Parts: sequence; structure tokens; C-alpha cells
Amino acid sequence: MVLIQQVKQVIGLSEDGLTKRKTVTFGDTSAVANGRTWSILSVITMAVVWYVGSALEFINPIFWPSPQAVWEQFINISGEGYRNFSLLEHIWASLYRILIGFALGCLVGVPLGFAMGLSEVIKGWFDPVVEFFRPIPPLAFIPLVIIWSGIGERSKIMLLFFAALWVMVIAARAGVGSVKLSKIHAAYSLGASKKQVLLHVILPNSLPEIFTGMRVAMGICWGTVVAAELVAAESGVGFMIMAASKFLATDVVVLGVIIVGLIGYSIDILMRKLEAKLIPWKGKT
Amino acid sequence: MSDLVVNNVSMVFDTPSGDQVEALQNVSFSLKQGELLSILGPSGCGKSTLMNIVAGFLAPTAGKVSLASTELHGPGSDRGMVFQQGALFEWLSVAENVGFGPMMKGTPKEQIKKTVTELLQIVGLQDFYDKPVYELSGGMQQRVALARCLANDPDVILMDEPLGALDALTREKMQSLVLKLWKETGKTIILITHSVEEALFLGEKLFVMAPRPGRIKQQYELPFAEAGLVEDPREIKASTEFISKREEILSMIWDMEEEIMGQVEMAGD
Ligand SMILES: Nc1ncnc2c1ncn2[C@@H]1O[C@H](COP(=O)(O)OP(=O)(O)O)[C@@H](O)[C@H]1O
Ligand SMILES: [Mg+2]
Repeated sequence: MVLIQQVKQVIGLSEDGLTKRKTVTFGDTSAVANGRTWSILSVITMAVVWYVGSALEFINPIFWPSPQAVWEQFINISGEGYRNFSLLEHIWASLYRILIGFALGCLVGVPLGFAMGLSEVIKGWFDPVVEFFRPIPPLAFIPLVIIWSGIGERSKIMLLFFAALWVMVIAARAGVGSVKLSKIHAAYSLGASKKQVLLHVILPNSLPEIFTGMRVAMGICWGTVVAAELVAAESGVGFMIMAASKFLATDVVVLGVIIVGLIGYSIDILMRKLEAKLIPWKGKT
Repeated sequence: MSDLVVNNVSMVFDTPSGDQVEALQNVSFSLKQGELLSILGPSGCGKSTLMNIVAGFLAPTAGKVSLASTELHGPGSDRGMVFQQGALFEWLSVAENVGFGPMMKGTPKEQIKKTVTELLQIVGLQDFYDKPVYELSGGMQQRVALARCLANDPDVILMDEPLGALDALTREKMQSLVLKLWKETGKTIILITHSVEEALFLGEKLFVMAPRPGRIKQQYELPFAEAGLVEDPREIKASTEFISKREEILSMIWDMEEEIMGQVEMAGD
């Protein structure tokens, strides 16, 4: 019994007693917290529908492959690689690009956002730039960056840098704006200098916003890198998908799509775990 | 001695619509080291503005504030602040919050630890040393805020509705704590409150302020704070003397509110 309980807890199936006894559930967001059973059912149903659908040959495998075919491609590509690179190399190529682009975006975006949140001149100066570039989808710049630096790593990293930059600028600026004046006043009254107020109050206070920004930026970067690889690349998950589509190898395409989804999902879970660890006070004030 | 002198302070705010708000008009008073002043008044009468000027967060449009004969410009660690709520640093533990001031000054670690341990003992939070502040109740958080302010050993403690967000029972306990700290530390304290009872009980001196323009309308010298150090607070608050003062002040504030309402209605016509 205890073991079953523990297993349930790990996969998030244990419900809390209070929630179960609530009578108003429509509109009470805490009352819909336990949906995990349905999630598991939903995944199983999708898998079964896919399996049965392809076994009964409802759909031409050229349009949508069977799970077995995708699985075979997975084993195959894991062993032999695809188009000169192993599967892990393709995944790493994409990850590497977003890590560098994202890191650069944070390195420039956060200080710029801070400066904008702290200085009228800098805010006024950069506002038009930020507000103009923010709504433009990063993909619109693909032709430009290709003209600037070809289809190599640099063009993709530049694209991802731009994708992360505006999000991080706005997140950092919002972070500065979120600090309660009484905290700043308290710090000054406790003898803090401007630099100390920045380091010990404004910076930690803005971490929740910055982290939310990072999660958003990561999502955008992941989508952008795959799309950019579709257009021009020699490696990466997006490239894999594109190359396979030219041979109508839908099993590889679907494998690529599944990998993109799984990695994107994992990144977000990782970021959320990291957030809970680094910013335990988030949402508790 | 570190006397606090507020001399003819006026404050006029320009609103974006071009109007001017006279938040304070020629406010003057002085406090000797160790005096406890409470300030009462309808909302919008300039209490917070006055406190922000004393704290150094606002520069008055006229007049000046000096502490120990030195004119004040800007905030400093000689004047500690306790706010209503939410001024603690959530990313720091209870101990780190209390030790914030000494840490900013570069005080050695062991000494900070000693001070913090002592202060947490005084405010009754010795068991919460390493706890995150967001896990504490509202009353406990205000204890941390008091300890944090004391850790810096300021001459003057400024409190803007420090107990305003607490429930009635916690509030009474905290009032006694404020009196105890006042007695033990001998600090000058200015406390803003919107509770007449609290103002009477905690104020050795009490100013009732009036709005438009913000000014000190009435000053009282009261015996209750001194008595509260030794006697049962409940008995003091139930004494006829306390009750008659309370009613007197309540009706004065009531009249002020009526007047404000009248002005608003006239302006609306
Ligand atoms: N920064 C400001 N700009 C314009 N008007 C202000 C500002 N701060 C306060 N006031 C006005 O000054 C008056 C006094 O405000 P305040 O000192 O906060 O009152 P209290 O603390 O007694 O409620 C109010 O009418 C308020 O609207
Ligand atoms: Mg106020």
C-alpha cells in the first residue's frame, strides 16, 4: 500500500483530500489541480489511436508513418546517424546554437533592461528600438542574417541572440519596475549605497521576472532554431526534418518532430525545476 | 543629544493635471532623544509625506529638518524605517534580513551574528533564525522589520502604519512590544497610525493632523505609554481617562471627515 502511494506521488497521481471534498470546482483553479490521471489516459489514447490507425492502414504511410516505422528509424539513426552526423550530434547542434544565442541574449538583454529600468535617458533612448523589434518574429530576419554571415553557425546564433534579446530586455525592465519602493527606501535607511541597493535589492527582487523571461525566451529560441535549420543548415534537428522531407521520408520527419517536442518540453520542465530551486519565494509575497 | 527638529516644513506637490496639492503647510515640532510621538489623522492629511521628509526620501519645498543640530539631506542609517508590510527582503532569511544593515557597513560576520541573535531573542523570534521570511505570519514579519531596524542602532525610528495590516490580537501584542523596545533602547520613535486607540496608547506625544493643507491641528501630552510599560494594557485602555480622550479625538476626526466630504460634495455640484 505504502509503495503504491509512493509511486502515485512520484508520477503526480496522489490527490489531496481537501481538493477532493470541494463542491465548487468550476472556477476554483485549485480544484482542477489534479488532472494527471487524464493526462496519462490522453497519452495512452493517442498512442493507441496512432497504432491501431496505422495497423488498419487508414492513412497512407507516406503522409503519416506507423509507430513501428518511426521507432525503427529511431533505432537506425541512433546507430548510424543521419546525413553525416549522429542523432546526438544533430540534437547537440541545435542545443548548442540556442545555448549560445540565448546566453548572449541574456548577457546583453538583462543589463540593458536594468539600465532602462533605472535611467530615464537610457529608457527613452532605447524604447523605440525595443518596442519596434519586439513584435517582429525572429524568422523574418533569416534572409538578412544569411546575407550577412551565410548559412553557418554565426547566422543562426545571431538570429537566436535577437530572438532572446528583446524578451530579456523587457523582462529585466519589468523586474526593476516590480520592486516595491518601500524595499528601496528600507535599504537606503539601513545604510546601503546605490551600488548595494542595485546588487542586494533590485537584482534579487527582479529574479522572478527575469526567470519568467528566460523561460519564454528559451521557448522562442527553440522554435526559432528549428525553423532556421529548416531554411539553411547542415546539421540540427530542423535540418534532419527538412532533409528527410525531400525524400518523402515521413518516418524521419515525424521522428524529428517528436524529438523537437520532447526536447522543448524537457527544457521547460528543467527551467521550472531550476526556478523552484533558485527562487523559492516566487509567488509567495 | 540627538534631538529631532522639524522647522517650518511645507510640501507642495504638482499634480500632472497642473493642480497643486498642499500636502504640508508650515509644520514645526521638535522631539527630544527618547521621545515617542504618534501621529493620527484622516487619510491624505500628509502623514506619510511628513515621515518621508524626515526620513530623507523627499525634499520639502520649504523648511528644514535637523537631527542633533545637523541639517538632513537624504536618507541615512541614523533614521530607521518600519513600513506597513512587504518591505522585508524575501530572498533573505530572517537572520539575513536583520543583519542587512550591518552587512552593508561591512561589519565582521561574527559580530553580525551576535547582534542578530540578540535582537531575535528580544523580539521573540530566536527559533526562526534560518527561516525564509515569507513563511512567517504578518505579525512575525513586523517583528523582523523591527529587529532589522534596530540592528543598525539608529537614533530615530520612523514607523508608517507598522501594525496596520495585522489582526486585532496580534496588534495588541505588537503594541506592547513597541513600548518594550522603546523603553529598552531609549530611541526616539515617530509612529503613524490610523487607530485612535493605538495612537493614544503608544504616544507620549500625540499629533492630530488635518488635511488641505496638511498641518498639525492638535497636540497632546499623554501618560498612557509610560503607564503601559508597567500596567496591563487592557486596563489602561478601559480607564475612563483613556476613553474620554479617545472619544474627544474621534469626534474631532469625525468632524474633519465630514468637512472633507462636504468639500467634495460642493466641488461635485
Ligand atoms: N508624489 C505625490 N504627488 C502628488 N501628490 C501627492 C504625492 N504624494 C502624496 N500626495 C498627496 O499629498 C497628500 C498627502 O498624502 P500622504 O502624505 O500620503 O497622506 P497620508 O499618509 O496622511 O494618508 C494627499 O492629498 C496625496 O494625494
Ligand atoms: Mg500614509
